Amino acid sequence: MFYTRLPMRAADALCEALKAEGVEHVFGIPGGANLPTYDALYDAELIHIQARHEQGAGHAAEGYAKASGRVGVAFATSGPGATNLVTAIADAMMDSVPTVFITGQVRTDLIGTDGFQEADVTGITMPVVKHSFLVTDPRQIPTYIHQAFHIASTGRPGPVLVDVPQDLSRADIEYEPAAGAPHLPGYKPPSEGNIKQIRLAAKALANARRPVIYGGGGIVNANASQEFRDFCLSDRLPVTLTVMGLGAFPAPHEQWLGMLGMHGTRTANYAMDNADLIVAVGARFDDRITRKLAEFAPRAKFVHIDIDPAEISKNVPAHIPIVGDAGDVLPKLTSEYGRLNADPARLEEWWKQIGAWQEEYPLGYEDSEDSEIKPQRMIEALYKVTEGDAIITSDVGQHQMWCAQYYNFSSPRRWINSGGLGTMGFGLPAAIGAKVAKPDDTVVCLAGDGSLIMVCQEFATAAVHDIPVKVFLMNNGYMGMVRQWQELFWDGRYKSVEMGDSPDWVKLAEAFGWTGMRCTDKNEVEDAMQTALQTDGPVLLDVQVTKTENCFPMIPAGAAARDMVG
Amino acid sequence: MEAGTPDLIKLEDLEVGSGLTGRKHVLSLLVENKPGVLARIAGLFARRGFNIDTLTVGPTDDPEISRITLTLDGAVHPIDQVTKQLHKLVNVIKIRDMEPDQTVSREMALFRVQATVESRGEIVQFADIFRAKIVDVSRRSLTIEVTGSNEKIDAFERMIRPHGLIEMARTGEVAITRSRPDS
Repeated sequence: MFYTRLPMRAADALCEALKAEGVEHVFGIPGGANLPTYDALYDAELIHIQARHEQGAGHAAEGYAKASGRVGVAFATSGPGATNLVTAIADAMMDSVPTVFITGQVRTDLIGTDGFQEADVTGITMPVVKHSFLVTDPRQIPTYIHQAFHIASTGRPGPVLVDVPQDLSRADIEYEPAAGAPHLPGYKPPSEGNIKQIRLAAKALANARRPVIYGGGGIVNANASQEFRDFCLSDRLPVTLTVMGLGAFPAPHEQWLGMLGMHGTRTANYAMDNADLIVAVGARFDDRITRKLAEFAPRAKFVHIDIDPAEISKNVPAHIPIVGDAGDVLPKLTSEYGRLNADPARLEEWWKQIGAWQEEYPLGYEDSEDSEIKPQRMIEALYKVTEGDAIITSDVGQHQMWCAQYYNFSSPRRWINSGGLGTMGFGLPAAIGAKVAKPDDTVVCLAGDGSLIMVCQEFATAAVHDIPVKVFLMNNGYMGMVRQWQELFWDGRYKSVEMGDSPDWVKLAEAFGWTGMRCTDKNEVEDAMQTALQTDGPVLLDVQVTKTENCFPMIPAGAAARDMVG
Repeated sequence: MEAGTPDLIKLEDLEVGSGLTGRKHVLSLLVENKPGVLARIAGLFARRGFNIDTLTVGPTDDPEISRITLTLDGAVHPIDQVTKQLHKLVNVIKIRDMEPDQTVSREMALFRVQATVESRGEIVQFADIFRAKIVDVSRRSLTIEVTGSNEKIDAFERMIRPHGLIEMARTGEVAITRSRPDS
């Protein structure tokens, strides 16, 4: 249906504006203050996925956005509904996920009176949104929705919140479909990189003898993985990626050093440590990468390509800053670099050194001598049965790092995890969102038992909406990463990290209407996973792994890359 | 161009500064006149650990746009990072890092000072020297209004304090670009 200047209820105009933005799915939970919006949803041709907790709705919107590149949308009511969204909003901010969160607010005459279910959600979320709007006039509602989508999806993407008082969404307005770019005088995201800077970067690279290309999630967000590959492969340039960037470069590959950072490979970290030039693309020198900042890559000069100028020289001063979209900058950099005919022989010594590290420090683990399932082996099995091509979501902790190490992601938007905020419980709702966005793809949530319990109500969401996600639970009975830290750095004084025998995951899954399975033998893992993938509907596979395996290698807190342990 | 001999720059020639300028900066911001804008700016400064020395807000000739003038110490904060973070706020339209020699800046202050029969004459003299105005008088005190650069106001405060400063209120600086001599 198409309306032009038709009088309609503002809540209906909200739904029309969402449809005009191409929205098909929204995630959320109704409540008092957003009742008008839900009444409008009754008629709107939008598919609403009713989550079981607003945090779940928020992470589902993120999973939807990360899998598809489209804007994810979540609804919540005022007060507790809105505050329950905050973790997902903060998560979307840290990982630059294009999302729009629409919250109900109490009636305008109640705002500021501590009314029932009133919370100042624009105030609460101010530090963790790209932008937010508090509607003060019903005519603003469709305008703000269009502006929110524009802001969320352009430049460096991020979450935008629109807070809609209940009475205003009931008011009648004249709705006019938005035409053209919204009027935002203070919002001009950069796109094209400065060509002089790009030339300078190409020259520096052509002169570098020990270069490393260090890519991050910005490449995925810019849909510039192909351009990134073309650039890296235009010469024998060594490539590493952050946990957010995995998939932007096809692993395994002869130019691939593995992930870098705290649980990255020794090769990648040693290469950063010894590099003379580091080209950062869509990465932000997070503390998980630099570790001890004063000793980070001490021999290197830095080219930093990012769409967000504030990221450049924030943590590590850039010698050659390039502000722009990776999709615009990288092809120009490739062509400028190509014109210089750099001598590939200059990299021979460097590759010899890298080869020596790779030989001396391969990723590896000691397999069990009995039937015990080592967690790393579980990831290898996951890679095998999904042929390296599933959408994998994860929670946060050891399982996440093992997956990042051992599952060789070869294309972007297949690895969906919470990198910046490190939100335990992200995996299941994100998998639900990813599966809604990509119904034809296999979507597996690689869960941790400490994380999954935090969002287990979302089993109901998948069951009721018949969203056939597969949860492969790496169950070691611990909050494993915290246990690892207590073991290594707190004298083994384990405190509150054991999960005990509760719940019985198979029974829990079954109680929610899922298929529940269990695997305890390393020789049966692949078959069990295969069966789970072939079983209709949502399936939980409880894989009981070694309880106290540590995730190595690692750079301990306060240490430099060259001091990796394990 | 032959392989191995491109016109390259030497990596060792690439340099980078500390980002600290070592002087006071006056930032003049044009922002949308919308609710919450000041909270966004104050919140940004708080969470990034930037310390504002003074901050003033007022209208401009355009009712939809307000001007925020803030001063901060470039010896402590990398001003470049501060302005880039401010630019990310959607309601911030324009930021100008005012060049000291091209800027006219003023601050106003009110001082309430103890004034006895003996000291009153000297205080009034100070006020005259500083072109300040007596705006309120009582038997025991004088209230004085001073306008000028913040150094001038600091100086006035130093002169008047020994007489017994009861209360002081300062506005923080506002600033505007000087016109060029030929315009």
